[in-house]
Amino acid sequence: MKDKTILEIKDLDISFRTNAGVIHAIRGVDIDLQKGETVAIVGESGSGKSVTMKAVTGLLDTNATVNGGSILYRYTDDAGQEQIVDLLKMSIRDLRSRINGRHISMVFQDPMTSLDPTMQIGRQIMEGMLLHKKVSRQEARAHALELLELVGITDAEKRMKNYPHQLSGGMRQRVVIAIALSSDPDILICDEPTTALDVTIQARILDLIKDIQRRIGLSVIYITHDLGVVAKVADYVNVMYAGRIVEVGNVNEIFYDPKHPYTWGLLSAMPDLETDDDRLYSIPGSPPNLLHEPAGDAFAPRNAFALAIDEKAQPPMFKVSDTHFAATWLLHPDAPKVELPEELRHRLDRARKEAGVHFDPPGNPAADPAGARKEAGL
Amino acid sequence: MAKYILKRIGMALLTLLLIIFVLFVLVRIMPGNPFPSERMNATQIANKRAEMGLDDPIPVQFVNYMRGVLKGDFGKGTSLYYGVPIKTVLYTCINNSFRIGGLAILLGTALGLLLGISAALNRGKFLDGFCTVFSIIGVCVPSYVFLIFLQYFFSYKIPFFPYFFDNTRFLFSSTIPAVSLSLFTMSTVSRFTRNEMVEVQDSDYVRLAQSKGMYGAGLVWHHVLRNSLIPIVTVLAPLIVDLLTGALVVEKIYGINGIGKLMVDAITGEGVDYNYVLALGILYSALYIGIMMVVDILYGILDPRIRVAAKGEE
Repeated sequence: MKDKTILEIKDLDISFRTNAGVIHAIRGVDIDLQKGETVAIVGESGSGKSVTMKAVTGLLDTNATVNGGSILYRYTDDAGQEQIVDLLKMSIRDLRSRINGRHISMVFQDPMTSLDPTMQIGRQIMEGMLLHKKVSRQEARAHALELLELVGITDAEKRMKNYPHQLSGGMRQRVVIAIALSSDPDILICDEPTTALDVTIQARILDLIKDIQRRIGLSVIYITHDLGVVAKVADYVNVMYAGRIVEVGNVNEIFYDPKHPYTWGLLSAMPDLETDDDRLYSIPGSPPNLLHEPAGDAFAPRNAFALAIDEKAQPPMFKVSDTHFAATWLLHPDAPKVELPEELRHRLDRARKEAGVHFDPPGNPAADPAGARKEAGL
Repeated sequence: MAKYILKRIGMALLTLLLIIFVLFVLVRIMPGNPFPSERMNATQIANKRAEMGLDDPIPVQFVNYMRGVLKGDFGKGTSLYYGVPIKTVLYTCINNSFRIGGLAILLGTALGLLLGISAALNRGKFLDGFCTVFSIIGVCVPSYVFLIFLQYFFSYKIPFFPYFFDNTRFLFSSTIPAVSLSLFTMSTVSRFTRNEMVEVQDSDYVRLAQSKGMYGAGLVWHHVLRNSLIPIVTVLAPLIVDLLTGALVVEKIYGINGIGKLMVDAITGEGVDYNYVLALGILYSALYIGIMMVVDILYGILDPRIRVAAKGEE
């Protein structure tokens, strides 16, 4: 584990027992999170984003089996000693009393259902503190008030006594964030925190998390299928497909120099005001049923650029730069040269110009979009 | 909250009055005779009718009757227990039925909750399966079948409990009927508790509580139980009324002088006893309405969403 790495998921492999059979949902996932950074995990529904994070927080359903891998977490314990633990090896009791809330917190997707309807929100915020920090009720109360103000809830004193149904969706999500922050965690996992909110509130919640992150030095993991959110908040992006990470890189690399055809598909499927097309692109087909695990690349059947080898063997991670990797045979030295789809290339050029980013893709002429060179003044 | 409760009480009284009126009219237009007609000739019956005011127009009769009811006087039996005030007979029967019913409720609810909670906490394991099988048997098999079994094993094979009810040894002789009556309640309560808890355990807010670090008893007590209790209170209410108002067949088989038996006697006796049918009807309705009202108020206490709705009415 590198020095600044706070969370390292390695070779995670999870399957679910269902009535229909065993579903191999997570098939070797590696994710690194550095201290103070934001990592986004993007992918379609069912790609395994949430399951991966549930494994981190010990919230996997009872029919899940962890077949292998490790989730190493580095933290400073109460005695001030630096510890590295494998979260998968901890008992639920241990995980709850030592890690959950205290070090790793979670913000859920739907604020309408994630607060206990029969408990005052003040108590819900204080609960974690009273559990972990061994503080008095008064201290917990004072801290809860601070948190409510931190997340931008006015009239905090009065709100403490409210029940969830008395608050709007945006307010509830703020409360959930306050709860997640109540015991000063190191890692905040946000599972599509803005999907259930309307767009104006979305931006505010994202800004709020970003702001808090800057102030208290949190590391944040975003699970989302909204690339707009990713572009706004993430430092690193993991693109997930059918239980595997197919491309990883920093946010510029993923948005301006994507290498995996699936990432191309995702980017093309983003609505864009400038596009000449009448129809919004969507990736053809649907994700594979992991009840029957594909032999080769799981994305091959939907991939217009699939090669013969995609049917037979899963591509390994090819290195594009020190931070950018993609699992596609197209990056193999023997692979035919494939250009980015025309429309996407124009779109990425436009986006880059708008953002004013001077991004220099590393020397890989095979997949290097011509536009990038122009943009860089070549 | 006070206004909410007052409003519920007002509604309850109005409902009760309506029920009494409908019942009163129905009993009177029912075919048949309120007197033991085989033992009385036409003149005697006519005299008796006049004496009881049965020839007056129904609205007049109703007002007269309600006057008595408000003073706690339900009149006398027209064919049953001739000459004894209904109040006296009712008192004995209610006493027996309520005590046995109450025992059955306590037993059924306590064990039902216990069983349901343990099944939910051991989801998918042996205890959960046992709870399911037990509930199905308990709901499907009528209580008097259990009664006969228990009588056979614990009164006949092992002569420990008495064969029949004996008011002088109340608790001892109530065991068999109370246990057999409680099984339906126990099954229903355990099944509902189990299903509700399982649902709440899978809810987002329990996930959030877990991600805060809550687990074990604290999680169940603070987040799961309270939220599961609301629907359980709903199913419990009619069960309680059913048990309190006596179980017809069980009372008959075990020789318990209760209100279930009294109701059957009042209808199937020599004549349909107007006053008993009415008095029992009022009792049943009052119990039902009363318990439903308690449930309404309990909701307000358990569920803040309802409490606030009630506040809105103020």
